[in-house]
Amino acid sequence: MLSTKSLDIESIRKDFPILQRKVHGKPLIYFDNAATSQKPKQVIGAITGYYQKYNANVHRSIHQLGEEATAEYEKARQKIADFINARYEEVIFTKNSTEGLNLLAYSLTSGLKPGDEIVISQLEHHSNFVPWQQMAEHLGLKLKFIEINKNAELDKESIKKNITKKTKIVSVNHISNAIGTINPVEEITKIAHENGALMVIDGSQSVPHMPIDAKKINADFYVFTGHKMLGPTGVGVVYGKKELLENMRPFLYGGEMINEVKFEGTTFNKLPWKFEAGTPNIAEAIGLGIAVDYLSKIGMNNIFEHDKELVEYGTERIKEIKGVTIYGPKERGSIISFNVKGVHAHDVSQILDSEGVAIRAGHHCCMPLMGVLGISSTARASFYLYNTEEEIDTFIKAIHKVKKVFGV
Amino acid sequence: MDTIETMYQEQILDHFKNPRNFGRIENASVHHHEYNPLCGDQIEMFLVIDKNKNITEVKFSGHGCAISQASASMLTEQIKGKSIEEIEKLTKEKVLELLGIPLSPVRLKCALLSLDTLKNSVLIFERYIKKSK
Repeated sequence: MLSTKSLDIESIRKDFPILQRKVHGKPLIYFDNAATSQKPKQVIGAITGYYQKYNANVHRSIHQLGEEATAEYEKARQKIADFINARYEEVIFTKNSTEGLNLLAYSLTSGLKPGDEIVISQLEHHSNFVPWQQMAEHLGLKLKFIEINKNAELDKESIKKNITKKTKIVSVNHISNAIGTINPVEEITKIAHENGALMVIDGSQSVPHMPIDAKKINADFYVFTGHKMLGPTGVGVVYGKKELLENMRPFLYGGEMINEVKFEGTTFNKLPWKFEAGTPNIAEAIGLGIAVDYLSKIGMNNIFEHDKELVEYGTERIKEIKGVTIYGPKERGSIISFNVKGVHAHDVSQILDSEGVAIRAGHHCCMPLMGVLGISSTARASFYLYNTEEEIDTFIKAIHKVKKVFGV
Repeated sequence: MDTIETMYQEQILDHFKNPRNFGRIENASVHHHEYNPLCGDQIEMFLVIDKNKNITEVKFSGHGCAISQASASMLTEQIKGKSIEEIEKLTKEKVLELLGIPLSPVRLKCALLSLDTLKNSVLIFERYIKKSK
């Protein structure tokens, strides 16, 4: 029977049809969860169900289908709010984390003056890097970077040094997608607030894997995406404190987000719709609501413990192999980022694929971080609730094959 | 032999581990750098081109996956003594023939990075450098 101490994996795996398929004649071992997770049949069914039974536009159509679609769409929002301990009107649907971070980068920098400072970190994904960098260039703002220490954690001194009274916005990820570092976001939020700065957290890698209490963390904004947490692609979330969102400029303009449009000017809709211009991804939002139901039923604490067991087991096993370097601190999210000496990550990934093992290879959209680490790429295995220690054993065997093929 | 061993056959790994014409040329007629953002493969080509527009010397430097580096190494072996016109006529099929292995669309980018770098080097030489001399 497949299980860790925390989860009954055998019954979970039955919910994921894709795990039945074979790749190059071998059972699929999906270790690319930090890129996107697989979807349970409940989520797939919810999407199909919307299109087959009540496909209609939301908030517009006064007919039965429209009412049902609106009700389900807004029910999903309430589920997500409960999931992260936020208020209903504080949950804004976006396309993904990238769009969420762009929304914040545009809206929060409106009104900043040249010389004002934004602080991010060396660990950021390009989506929490490039939007701030571009706004800084455009508006003459100064962009500063919290540095990592030799354990690849955010350096405590660097946090204090960079966040000052000149700082207007701090934006860091909760868990690094490239190397799995878990950042002390509550502490950073406190420091940001002491200096009068707004705190943004990119939770793309944390919300799928651990319980998140937005109120407790106390950040002003918390951004995540649906497709890494069993939901469909095309839907993400910006959580923001209500009193801040109310005073912010919208990011996208058009239908749905308006209250009244006249030739002389426009007034905007209430929260959260003020930030949701145009027909949203209705089926996807409903699907994300179902994904949240699924995760809640299993329990985020159990998922966190399960992922931790896998990453610890995987790290132990991979350490046995000569010539393998692991990046990131000892305590990590469910990510093992590594290189095999004498073999490029791309080739590692290709050979693992031939054994049915799907991992990611490259810079993981973190080119500045790769530069700091002095490498151009890594191979990354990332785990989730349906993965098993047996799969890790196959993965380890496949790394031995990589070494055999390359003669290293 | 299974497919993966066909892909990483001896010849490819030999060029990867012992790349031919690897290094830099200080007084190159043109040098140019290309990057594959997908995986971080990097190739820089250095060409010495004589007055008859023939390539008399070639070197490359860079790092990346076995496919990108082996393809660069094999390509440099082919082009010494060739004219610019011949370089312009080089096709991606020729590079794939040199590699002699089946490649997925994603890995094609790795395989063809060296050809792109070479062709753009020649283009830069023709458009900008030759005229300024």
